[in-house]
Amino acid sequence: MSAILTVEGITKIYQSGSKNVQVLDAIDFSVDEGKTMAIVGPSGSGKTTLLGLCAGLDSVTQGQITLNRILLNRLSEDELAQVRNRYVGFVFQNFQLIPTLTALENVMVPLELRGVGKARLRSEELLKRVGLGDRMDHYPTQLSGGEQQRVAIARAFSNDPKILFADEPTGNLDDETGKSVEDLLFEINREKGTTLIIVTHDVELAKKTDQIIRLKGGRIVD
Amino acid sequence: MDKKITISKERYSRSWPLKMAWRDSRKSRAKLVLFIASISLGIAALVGITSFRENLLDEIDQQAKSLLGADFSVSGNKDLPDSLFYKFKWLSSSESKETFFSSMVLFPRTDGTRLTQVRALEGDYPYYGEIETDPPSAATRFKTGQYAIVDEKLLIQYNVEMGDSVLVGNLGFEIIGRIKRIPGQTNVGSSVAPVVYIPRQYVPETGLVKKGSRINYVTYYQFHPDIDTSNVWAEARDLAEGSGYDVDTIEDRKEETGRSFRDLSSFLELIAFTALLLGCLGVASSIYVYVKGKVQAVAVLRCLGMKATQAINIYLVQVASFGLIGSLIGCTIGVIIHLFLPEVTREFVPIDLTPTIYWPAILAGVLIGIVISVLFGLLSLVGLRRVSPLSAIRFGFESVKLRVDPLVTLIGAVVIIFLYLALWWQLGDPYYALIYTAILTGAIVILYGMGKGLSWAMKKIIPNSMPFVWRQGLSNLYRPNNQTVILVTTLGLSTAFLAMLYFMQDLLVQRVSLAGENERPNTILFDIQTNQKESLRQMTVDYDLPVMQDVPIVTMRLLEVNGKNKDEAWNDTTARIPGWAFNREYRVTYRDSLIDSETLVEGEWLGRILNPDDSIFISISRGYAENLNVGIGDELLFNVQGALIKTYIGSFRDIDWRRVQTNFLVVFPEGVLEQAPQFHVLITRINRNDVSARYQQAVVRQFPNVSIIDLELILKTLEDILGKVAFVIQFMALFSIGTGLVVMISSIILSKFQRMQENVLLRTLGAARQQLWKIIAAEYFFLGGLGAIAGLALAIVFTILLGRFVFEFTFVPSSVHMMVIFLAISFTSVTIGLLNSRNIVRRSPLEVLRNEV
Repeated sequence: MSAILTVEGITKIYQSGSKNVQVLDAIDFSVDEGKTMAIVGPSGSGKTTLLGLCAGLDSVTQGQITLNRILLNRLSEDELAQVRNRYVGFVFQNFQLIPTLTALENVMVPLELRGVGKARLRSEELLKRVGLGDRMDHYPTQLSGGEQQRVAIARAFSNDPKILFADEPTGNLDDETGKSVEDLLFEINREKGTTLIIVTHDVELAKKTDQIIRLKGGRIVD
Repeated sequence: MDKKITISKERYSRSWPLKMAWRDSRKSRAKLVLFIASISLGIAALVGITSFRENLLDEIDQQAKSLLGADFSVSGNKDLPDSLFYKFKWLSSSESKETFFSSMVLFPRTDGTRLTQVRALEGDYPYYGEIETDPPSAATRFKTGQYAIVDEKLLIQYNVEMGDSVLVGNLGFEIIGRIKRIPGQTNVGSSVAPVVYIPRQYVPETGLVKKGSRINYVTYYQFHPDIDTSNVWAEARDLAEGSGYDVDTIEDRKEETGRSFRDLSSFLELIAFTALLLGCLGVASSIYVYVKGKVQAVAVLRCLGMKATQAINIYLVQVASFGLIGSLIGCTIGVIIHLFLPEVTREFVPIDLTPTIYWPAILAGVLIGIVISVLFGLLSLVGLRRVSPLSAIRFGFESVKLRVDPLVTLIGAVVIIFLYLALWWQLGDPYYALIYTAILTGAIVILYGMGKGLSWAMKKIIPNSMPFVWRQGLSNLYRPNNQTVILVTTLGLSTAFLAMLYFMQDLLVQRVSLAGENERPNTILFDIQTNQKESLRQMTVDYDLPVMQDVPIVTMRLLEVNGKNKDEAWNDTTARIPGWAFNREYRVTYRDSLIDSETLVEGEWLGRILNPDDSIFISISRGYAENLNVGIGDELLFNVQGALIKTYIGSFRDIDWRRVQTNFLVVFPEGVLEQAPQFHVLITRINRNDVSARYQQAVVRQFPNVSIIDLELILKTLEDILGKVAFVIQFMALFSIGTGLVVMISSIILSKFQRMQENVLLRTLGAARQQLWKIIAAEYFFLGGLGAIAGLALAIVFTILLGRFVFEFTFVPSSVHMMVIFLAISFTSVTIGLLNSRNIVRRSPLEVLRNEV
């Protein structure tokens, strides 16, 4: 099985005023296709920064990241956008649905961006799959937190991503809703054979993944 | 391992941004109401004024013949000699003669007296248009006997009825009609100089035509339809003009009327354009607010693979669409304004206006609206290029802040160029457009600098000992994300414009009323014959009135300058002597000293000729000398009613023409003109209205040829005219005020966006509602106040400069007006700020945090 994501010696330094703040230091790991991985660590350890770099949302200061055999370092912002659109899915802690679009339209966006035909049909199927077949025309503000996160999951899988990044996907939900969203995420992930990278504080959730990376002070500690 | 990624553009649907723009706008339309309002008010003013201008010029074209009432007229201060009369007569099918002059008239029944324009008519004039009278038949019947028709305002003012008589000079006429309208004359014009028409054959019997009287003779002609005049017309005109007569054609009148109203409409267009510019600021700030609210959604879309340009396109489509809607609404309001403007300006316009829709103005309005929306929208939208997708997972990431972008500078330059081109189109003059663009750009730069300065100053001067609530409110003026600079700029510009409108009005009123101040002359009697001089002086003294000046006036013409007559000067291009210098009649006085309105600036004042053989050194005005291109010692030859007098320029004077007294371009020394035919002017001051009325009646009865200018009446008339002009300006300024308010609301909403989180946190930390109200009120009061101060400062400086360099007058701003403007802007700012913040204060912090932060 080949690696879908390879991270080699990456360092990330942010400039804060006149000071340089090193957020990540010499991170190396790889994830095989179809596997799941959790990134855990205390607040400020660099988890979200690492996820952002792996997903092509930001650029590394040193080192290189290869996603689906594409070296991200060399790409322009527009090319990175296309990589995200074709190969990457996202689930965010605060759902990040576009408030002015209905649930269905939110799910359709990645497909429409890509110019895929039958975007509506495929999105409707996905929404039915996450149990929201009857809430398709509702706006995000008309949905509960759990429902919003299920729309986000449907959107994340709508473009059949090779890899899905989830940032604290249950962090804003109560235990019961969180559990059902978690189950749904893993279930669809298995069905689609997608690689799943989760950033989480939840040790129980991390244990469900094939691989765990523990971060502390911007370095892998385990 | 490394795989090349190619961007396959064809896979992105071109219509997708349109689709997204539509979807995204559904829940955002209410937020764009201010944007639409900003655009529509500015466009409304622009379309309204442009349509009015075009309508006016079009009507002037169509009704040109009725402006003059004839095909052409020949006028001069002598009756047309037969040789010239017949030169034109054979071109025409009909001729009319008019003699007109200023004269006092008296209404014996009510004892009312008034300086009027007496027009004595013979013939069928007007050939085009009509003298509108009540009853209509009076317009022609008055020529059949000893009848008069009189301006209706004059009749109302002096309580005169049909059948009463009016005394013109020595002769009484029965009033048989009220004049409602005269071809080519405005209502304002008739307020200044009300007209009395009498038959021309009675002029000699009035006794008003004497040597030295200022009488104008006009002959009106109607072209014969069967005669081709093109070959001989130019020759006849040259001959008449060469003999000192003015020839006025329909084309001349059309051009003259068009020019004066183009000036009025240009001024109104500047007001409209300022409304549009304020609208642009409204567009810029409302789109800034809108885009701020979209940053998070853009970050998410970027995560999902959307390119930066696509994000901009989505919102650009929205901005252009809402710009179109705003423009269309603006055009509709503009057309409605256009329907009202003829009514509002009726007093000034000498023709009947039938409003017609002017499509090019509407098209231009729509285009300007869209371009402005897109350009001012782009100023904020290009910031979306820099929204990092990382913002989706890290709220508060630095890219959420829309940073300064070099592209914004480029767009700013394009905006200035566009404004310049639009102004050029509007004013039709590249130079004025450049000046106005420079003033506007300069004003914005100055206000921006003032905003920065005030923000910095606040930080330095707020004492720590100040109560928390006030300190908190004031500190918001310099803390990060403060809106001081943008609000001072937008509020400042709106305030500056509004204040300038008031200050300009103040300036004009101050300028006029200075002339009527205490102890200055307020009554001028002129056309006094030499043999009447002493008795009139005695009558004045008998009425306990001071004879402040008694000035002899001699009329003459200039024949030669340094030995060159008119033709020689015309042929000698190096002489640079204008033709009018030889054509005009000069009214000249003689005295031995300067008066207080004059200052000697060059040469030597010689007040008296001691020996009849001495050279005559005269004094002329410096401005006149510059026009004539002459210096000290140069020779001027005058024709004083047949006698040639050679003079030399002895001195130059600066003259304050605003003073109510007789001022002269040319002053002779004593000892030269005493025996020449002359008339006199007497100047006095009358403090009481009843004395003024009795004195005027006595003068008119005993000296019917003497005319009286009552400065109080002139001031009242001017005030009335200014009031009417101010009404038109204020009507148009309403749009600027409206747009200014929209800008203010947008700016305050913008600051609400910045302050909301802070206020919610304060509430969460236990701030009482009353404390929050006070903090918000303090912040907005100071924001409004600073904006008002900046705007007022700019307006005062500009009006003072205008007063100094254009009106040559030291302008003193009215402190009442300044205070009213300051308080109005500050309290409006507080009111809007409090209304906008009521959600934060009234609702639970959690609810607000969830929904709006």
